[in-house]
Amino acid sequence: MTQAMLEVKGIDVFYGASQILFGVDLTVEKGQTMALLGRNGAGKSTTFKAIAGIAPPRRGEINLAGVTVSGRKPYRIARAGIGYVPEDRQVFPEHSIEDNLIIGTKKGPNGEDYWTIERIYEVFPILAGMRTRMAGKLSGGEQQMLTIARTLMGNPEILLLDEPSEGLAPIIVQAIGSLIKQLREMGVTILLAEQNMHFCLGIATHATVVDKGQIVYRDTIEGLRANDAIKQRYLAI
Amino acid sequence: MELEALAGCLSSMSCAVTQVSTGLIIGMLLFLVASGLSLIFGVLGVINFAHGSFYMIGAYFAFSAYQLTDSFTLAILSGALGVGIFGMAFERLFMSKVYGRDVLMQLLVCYAFILILDDMVKILYGAEYKLMGMPQTFALPPFQIAGGFIPSYYVFMIGISAVVGLVLWLGIAKTRFGKVVRAAAINPTMVGALGINTTLLYAFVFGVGSMLAGTAGALAAPIRTLTPGMGLSILIESFIVTVIGGMGSIVGAFIAALLIGLTRSFGSMGFPLFVDGMMFGIMALVLILKPSGLLGRPVH
Ligand SMILES: Nc1ncnc2c1ncn2[C@@H]1O[C@H](COP(=O)(O)OP(=O)(O)OP(=O)(O)O)[C@@H](O)[C@H]1O
Ligand SMILES: [Mg+2]
Repeated sequence: MTQAMLEVKGIDVFYGASQILFGVDLTVEKGQTMALLGRNGAGKSTTFKAIAGIAPPRRGEINLAGVTVSGRKPYRIARAGIGYVPEDRQVFPEHSIEDNLIIGTKKGPNGEDYWTIERIYEVFPILAGMRTRMAGKLSGGEQQMLTIARTLMGNPEILLLDEPSEGLAPIIVQAIGSLIKQLREMGVTILLAEQNMHFCLGIATHATVVDKGQIVYRDTIEGLRANDAIKQRYLAI
Repeated sequence: MELEALAGCLSSMSCAVTQVSTGLIIGMLLFLVASGLSLIFGVLGVINFAHGSFYMIGAYFAFSAYQLTDSFTLAILSGALGVGIFGMAFERLFMSKVYGRDVLMQLLVCYAFILILDDMVKILYGAEYKLMGMPQTFALPPFQIAGGFIPSYYVFMIGISAVVGLVLWLGIAKTRFGKVVRAAAINPTMVGALGINTTLLYAFVFGVGSMLAGTAGALAAPIRTLTPGMGLSILIESFIVTVIGGMGSIVGAFIAALLIGLTRSFGSMGFPLFVDGMMFGIMALVLILKPSGLLGRPVH
């Protein structure tokens, strides 16, 4: 019996009086790279914020490796092993690259300390060349790399990446894509929110589609690739 | 007439040395108080209008501890730590309830505490002036530099304040904790998402800021008369210092505090009726030329 790494069970999320998510279910197994696909405004970021505890669900629950984490404060959810990388690349602009990494440093929930600054620089050679550069001075792609690296420094059990390709030039998107693939091959469990299906087809192992706050489809990435009806209906631009 | 006295003093080394040392102790006390105010504002985004009262209770804590134990070390420690703990409790129980609210709400909460603390002091110590007296340790002949006399306590006070300021600056600039604190000042949600308990961090920073005010109060106790309400003038001067130096900047607070200290010490000789006017004049000038203060970042 395998236990899911992340289990989102029937969550309803509201912003004030307006309901955004309706009974969202989502499961990610250890080692998977799960794409959460959906159009603009479908509810991807809201799902992530619910998992991270920033927009706590009003109903339903969220489990990490069998332990309920919903209802906890965001910092406790992070310590439990959820590594949330928000969509708008929130680097600390007036800190250097290295200081951003230092701020993200913590042990994993079971004392894991796999990620060190040196290991980060091996995986992110771009960052290694400019350790003392202010994060605010980096390009969008470099900032995206840095936010991912900074969250990895906290040794999460699962990495939540919210639209890492958004607003980046195609060549940078490709670099981010190979980075995510590399992390997947290292065994990192990833949940990846995207509008850009083609980006996900190349790197994800599984896919879940969200539309108007509800889950409408889930399958392997090959299943999605072959399903023109779903692609047409929910993901065509 | 008085300006002549000032010119005379400036041309005599011994007088200048004495006035500079007076300016430095005024400046250092101001620096400690203002840097606490600035730290709290920079990280938590709230203005602790009760900060001057924290300075006052620091002085009274030191006074009582000295009376009880006869130890000046314990007096300083109880002023510093007592007010630090008091500040942390104040943040948890009261200030944290008005975060993100109208600044008038913050003002109201702080003003209530200014009144309560003044009255507490009156009840416990009486309304009249108190003198702590100079500890035996400092009953030494004054230092003599170029013919000017500097009391040994002044030297001690300037040294301690400089060390405290340096530790504060290094702590904020170089340690991981300081980096986290600066990041939390800019993006607390992200800091929380990285696993850091910002609630605790805020309480701690408020405690450190309060401790700086308490330390200043304790250091001032041997050389100032203690009265309820003694926090008011230093609060106003601290505001002037933070405005000149730039809100949130420790180095800015240091430069501005020394500037105000020297203005006071030389001004009281050269233009005694216009010292306050001069301080506000400098502040106005800075506000016109660089609204964010000497070392403050422009507010966006
Ligand atoms: N703070 C907020 N207050 C009110 N409504 C919000 C808020 N944030 C998002 N919404 C609404 O919630 C819905 C879902 O938004 P969400 O950000 O989750 O979508 P998304 O799938 O991430 O879209 P995108 O691809 O544009 O990032 C949208 O209709 C949006 O307008
Ligand atoms: Mg989004």
